[in-house]
Amino acid sequence: MDNIIAKKVQVMQPSGIRAFFDLVLGMKEVISLGVGEPDFVTPWQIREAGIYSLEQGFTSYTSNKGLYKLRLGIARYLKNKYGLEYCPDEEILITVGVSEGIDLVLRTIINPGDKILIPQPSYVSYGPVTELAGGIPVYIDTSKDGFKITPKLLEKYIDKKTKGIVLNYPVNPTGVSYRRKELEEINKVLLKHKVLCISDEVYGDLTYDFQHVAFPTLPRAKNNTVYFNGFSKAFAMTGWRVGFVCGPKEIIAGMTKIHQYTIMCVSITSQMAAAEALMSGKRYVEQMRREYNRRREYMCVELNLLGLKCQKPQGAFYLFPCIKNTGLSSMDFSRKLLEEEKVAVVPGTAFGINGEGFIRISYASSLDNLKEALVRMKRFLEKRK
Amino acid sequence: MDEILEILEKDGRATVEDIAKMLHKKPDEVKKAIKKYEKEGAILKYKAVINKDLIKDTESEVRALIEVNIVPQKDLGFEKIAERIYSFPEVTSCYLISGTYDLLVVVEGRNLNTVSNFVAEKLSCLENVRGTATHFLLKKYKEDGVILKHKSDENKRIAISY
Repeated sequence: MDNIIAKKVQVMQPSGIRAFFDLVLGMKEVISLGVGEPDFVTPWQIREAGIYSLEQGFTSYTSNKGLYKLRLGIARYLKNKYGLEYCPDEEILITVGVSEGIDLVLRTIINPGDKILIPQPSYVSYGPVTELAGGIPVYIDTSKDGFKITPKLLEKYIDKKTKGIVLNYPVNPTGVSYRRKELEEINKVLLKHKVLCISDEVYGDLTYDFQHVAFPTLPRAKNNTVYFNGFSKAFAMTGWRVGFVCGPKEIIAGMTKIHQYTIMCVSITSQMAAAEALMSGKRYVEQMRREYNRRREYMCVELNLLGLKCQKPQGAFYLFPCIKNTGLSSMDFSRKLLEEEKVAVVPGTAFGINGEGFIRISYASSLDNLKEALVRMKRFLEKRK
Repeated sequence: MDEILEILEKDGRATVEDIAKMLHKKPDEVKKAIKKYEKEGAILKYKAVINKDLIKDTESEVRALIEVNIVPQKDLGFEKIAERIYSFPEVTSCYLISGTYDLLVVVEGRNLNTVSNFVAEKLSCLENVRGTATHFLLKKYKEDGVILKHKSDENKRIAISY
């Protein structure tokens, strides 16, 4: 069978974490803090819009770029929220979640041997998708700099072959985000070296301590940025699979070509529901954001009390505490915690080797669950003192 | 609304310590705020929301929504007569509303008879009550924002994902 499977795919990591994931999935009555999606159900108004569209018989393809009314809604949303102007005809594309969009943009811009910078720890798809597109992922270790990319780090890694950077903030898995001043410095370096910014801001609406800054709003950044966002996190719509991309029309046109041959269009039901989310979903986003924020504060205090040092993240719904003082590796810690106390977390190494010594805890879980998990973790840690 | 109230409205058992942690405040500060709300009457009481359908050992309860037409009193309007009505312990809620009638009164009783007797003997014969229409409640689906259905423990999310 080996010679049937393409070499590119053979060398792709099934992510060493797979076995651990399978272990979690096979176990009953686990309290999981390992989930990368909201614990809220999509607000009813949005679900109802999906149902209504089915009743009305909207069951066909849509334009490759996506329903015009959804693209228009996105253009208005970005205008209101960030003062950004994108043309719904040429500069916006609806994708199957942000994941598809990232794949599209990398395939659109990469020539064989081009390098893509990826700050790490990072979301898992950026590297493998870069490789599939024929590019070379260059991982930037951010663990010494509070999990943030800095101009200095960037300068160190950029060379003539560097085509772009996948910047994700708030970051999955660390929850770290950037203020405008920090982003401006990063932008300057990118413009200087003509490195395209692929900005994955899917957690942007879940920012707590300051206003989220969209990368294309930075000086002269818009033409050098492909902006990604989606409905999954902010509107609790992960299973609907709707994301969107905004950027220079040449790049969007290129991405649309691949999209039309591979996907054709996003499910019309999902697009109808997403359009409703933009119309009426704002207050639900705010309610959920407040709830997440309270859990973030709570968990941060509690984890530090347990002796797991944890900086307060500014966004998303993740905490990334350090577990080095237990003497266990991230994987051992996670496996033992699962086996002994039935609490699931994700080992930091799932997000890159420099996630070693950390675990990702998701607080997208009810406060009762979080409390019970803390009790079990306390017991687990005390045994090891 | 103050986030302290937002939390307590959802979970009346949330402790001062937990609220303080969630809002990044000192416990004393939260305690003081809650005391103040209680004193002012902004927080009236703490109670459990019970789904009585699931309690088999208690006698079943009958509930009725009663539309009441009233002749307002000079100088007092509806206030005085409303007070006379809502003071009956059988009345669990009482609202002044706009539209074709004036008061919406919710009455609870042990059975159909007790409720009908209340309407016939207490409510209808009040001097300013011009007429009533009684609607017996057949099934409760949702009350005070809570859906009265036994929650399934089924977890719809997969237990671990990136």
